[in-house]
Amino acid sequence: MAMEKFIKKPDRKPPKLIQSGPISWLLKNMFSSVTNSLISLIAILLVIQSVPFLVSWFLVDATWQGENRAACVENSGACWLYIREKFNLFIYGFFPKAEYWRVNAAAILFFVLIAPLFFKKFNFKLKWGLSVMVLYPVLTFILFYGGVAGLEVVETNKWGGLMLTVFVAYIGIIAAFPIGVILALGRNSDLPIAKYLCIGFIEFWRGVPLITILFMASVVLPLFLPEGVDLDKLMRATVGITLFQSAYLAEVVRGGIQAIPKGQYEAADSLGLNYYHKVSNIILPQALRIVIPSLVGTSISLFKDTTLLLIIGLFDVLAMVVATSADILWLGFEPEGYVFVGIIFWIFCYTLSRYSFKLEEKLSFKKN
Amino acid sequence: MKEEEIIRIENLNKWYGNFHVLKDIDLCVCRGDKIVICGPSGSGKSTLIRCINHLEEFQEGSLIVDGIEINKDVKNIEKIRSEVGMVFQHFNLFPHLTILKNLTLAPMLVRKKNLKEATEIAMQYLERVKIPEQAEKFPGQLSGGQQQRVAIARSLCMEPKIMLFDEPTSALDPEMIAEVLDVMVELADSGMTMLCVTHEMGFAKKVADTVIFMEGGQIVEENEPNMFFNKPKNERTKLFLNQILTH
Amino acid sequence: MVVVKFYNNSKFRRIFFQVFILVSFIALIVFIVNNMFANMEKRGINTGFRFLTSESGFGILQSLIQYDETSSYGRTFFVGLLNTILVSFLGIVLATFLGFFIGISRLSSNWLLRKLTTVYIETFRNIPILLQILLWNTLFRRLLPPSDLEILPNIYISREQLTIPEITINPFFYVMLVVFFLLIGFIFFYKKRAEKKLFITGEGSPVFLVASVLVVGYFVVFIALRNVSFNFVDPIPGRFDFETGISIIPELFSLSIALGVYTATYISEAVRSGIESVDKGQREAAVALGLRKSTIMKTITIPQAMRVIIPPTTNQYLNLTKNSSLATAIGYPDLVSVFAGTTLNQVGQAVEIMLMTMAVYLLISLFISLILNIYNKKSKIVER
Repeated sequence: MAMEKFIKKPDRKPPKLIQSGPISWLLKNMFSSVTNSLISLIAILLVIQSVPFLVSWFLVDATWQGENRAACVENSGACWLYIREKFNLFIYGFFPKAEYWRVNAAAILFFVLIAPLFFKKFNFKLKWGLSVMVLYPVLTFILFYGGVAGLEVVETNKWGGLMLTVFVAYIGIIAAFPIGVILALGRNSDLPIAKYLCIGFIEFWRGVPLITILFMASVVLPLFLPEGVDLDKLMRATVGITLFQSAYLAEVVRGGIQAIPKGQYEAADSLGLNYYHKVSNIILPQALRIVIPSLVGTSISLFKDTTLLLIIGLFDVLAMVVATSADILWLGFEPEGYVFVGIIFWIFCYTLSRYSFKLEEKLSFKKN
Repeated sequence: MKEEEIIRIENLNKWYGNFHVLKDIDLCVCRGDKIVICGPSGSGKSTLIRCINHLEEFQEGSLIVDGIEINKDVKNIEKIRSEVGMVFQHFNLFPHLTILKNLTLAPMLVRKKNLKEATEIAMQYLERVKIPEQAEKFPGQLSGGQQQRVAIARSLCMEPKIMLFDEPTSALDPEMIAEVLDVMVELADSGMTMLCVTHEMGFAKKVADTVIFMEGGQIVEENEPNMFFNKPKNERTKLFLNQILTH
Repeated sequence: MVVVKFYNNSKFRRIFFQVFILVSFIALIVFIVNNMFANMEKRGINTGFRFLTSESGFGILQSLIQYDETSSYGRTFFVGLLNTILVSFLGIVLATFLGFFIGISRLSSNWLLRKLTTVYIETFRNIPILLQILLWNTLFRRLLPPSDLEILPNIYISREQLTIPEITINPFFYVMLVVFFLLIGFIFFYKKRAEKKLFITGEGSPVFLVASVLVVGYFVVFIALRNVSFNFVDPIPGRFDFETGISIIPELFSLSIALGVYTATYISEAVRSGIESVDKGQREAAVALGLRKSTIMKTITIPQAMRVIIPPTTNQYLNLTKNSSLATAIGYPDLVSVFAGTTLNQVGQAVEIMLMTMAVYLLISLFISLILNIYNKKSKIVER
């Protein structure tokens, strides 16, 4: 008896009727059941109620041009004129106008320095990236503060606006990193004294609100320093923020270290690596890669938290809203100011969180 | 006398997006039939039995279970699901409930049985799968084989007319496969209608009325076990049997 | 015998290293404390906690306990602490309801609802909480009527305050309270008996019906007899302010709303990932048993998801409590505002005051992590 042959039937395309068409899409995604339809109706009502109002406040009825606040009073929408008028203050704070170029130069410098990282042929990406990260804040500080190469000295109490916000956040994130890594290693170590000191340190900073830390930095820290040593307010706040951030970073890094399988330690030990080599070549490179998304996450949090500087009297970008709305000629435009600053923060944070989300997807893909 | 038909599948086609997973499936199952479905991975065998209790939607064709046609009607689907029991590869016991609660949950909520009745039925089936002493434990405390037996008992508590098995022994350690297969053989002897996706050819030889071989989303061969293993009709079937039986 | 050089001996290294850390740590502490005393002496700052008993000399806008200018700084501390607890509690209630609603909505099959919740989350979590607090506060100040407006009988609202009748409790209230507990007890008893009856005879009892009739009936009676349980002193508008009535400052609402709305975005993420963490097979198995969608959610999905949801949510409660200290930016009299702010300015004993303030938050943190640890141990799914 001859055997049957296996004949593969050809693949067909799925029947059309199941997808496509806006009506069937609506039926499937918004009106699939009674409850769903009800929810959709309420949601549509909500959108109809709020969107036109927001659009008219933001755009249609808003004032974009004019001489003074009288131009704004005629329109019921937002007064963007106020933002235009105070724009420089939002960005540079009370930095002398003639020296704005120094802030701009620092911003441009950043992009120039990181540019090589985007060239495929550049071979020293990691080393270059790390040196830029460490050297950039030093260069920026010199540029802002001046006092060398004929640059006029600008005291830190003149710094303000977005420039101050970004500067403090940047220093906080970079300086907290090594401390955080050491704390994480300490907390994971089998030396009891080191371990419990690290736990105490981490839990202390994580347990109290940032605002109390900033108060500590501004009123108590001067008492801790020996006579004659004087840190200015911005420095003290930065120290507080750095220590605060290092505790959160330590917990993130610890998560990464704990995620590394025991086999990696055993393999490293069996190769005869000492503690330093084991940690720096085997454990940390893997642990840090795992936690990159969470590192971005805590950085975003810190960036948002820099707004607290306003409470201790430093002029970050949010504090500039409070300061400028006290101008007698422009009274009563806080909402516009808050919305404007909110949009700035939103753009920064949203971009970063999208980026970390993409990274997370990429990393988890590689793992599979 | 013509046997009573319980499942009728006609010209069933299914797509995942644009991928054609089931092609023109026709299948008829009578009451009390034991059917074993085998085939290489990705051949659509699990998808086919998951269509029977509508865990998967299909796009073309018709499927009638116990006189009820599967369509968009939610009531029909619920009715069919309560008549069709299913056993999964990974047991899917509810880890936060005790074994007894796992067994009594659906009879009480769907069949509206009271606690006493439900408990009696549950204990009766736990005896049948030979682990009544585990009733108060949690799933995590049991071995894989025990968990799968509980899963079988859980389905039986609904007193289904048809049992579907989706690779019930694939996730088990070798020494536990026998205890699960024993329960399945006993169930087959009691006259239950069964559809099993499995690679346990010994089980197929012992209990199956019909063995089905699937490949590329289509039924290649449907044969009684003796013929299937000794004189397969299709050369693809022979190749498959050679691959799995030579080792 | 192999001789190990003493500095390569692993035990020696461990001890040496730890002693080194300890000594440096102690040296640092000694250095700081020395500087501190020297500085304080030079600036003429008092030490110790005696200031807590002296008269504060300033009033506080809102206080849950009796407080005026003649009260002590110690009492100021408690007024601030209670205000912190009050605003955190309100924020937590709001954040929990909003967070669960948003988190579940994010997984809805309704496209529009999903999109709206995404917009909500992305908007509110990417804007600093302090900015949101300030914005809510400004909006409240703008939108509320400039002078007292009676929105409900005997309830007035204005930019400055919400005024409600003063309530004092009559002895009859305690009778009602006892009746309430008896009622709850009876319902539990009835439910137990109904279960027993169901088990033995298979007959069901209308537990839900009986319970709801009793509870609704109780509240009808309670409302009808409210004037016997309580004495209401209606707010009487005086020349400058109300002569009677309780005033609540709008900062309480702007702060708790801002905190609730912000924290809800994080709680919703926890809820979503908790529900998603439940294995797909669980739902399939339940579906295959013929259970309904709503029943599956209630009996299978939520109980398993809660184990994943509760720990991060508790952490968010803690964060909310810590964030409530931003009250000081809008002048809500919380602990940081009245104690680490006003009191510190008057007394000048920064070290003691900051120590006390931080200790409060640390204790709350430690307490909550203790509870979480216990919960985590208890809720672990039983395994072999």
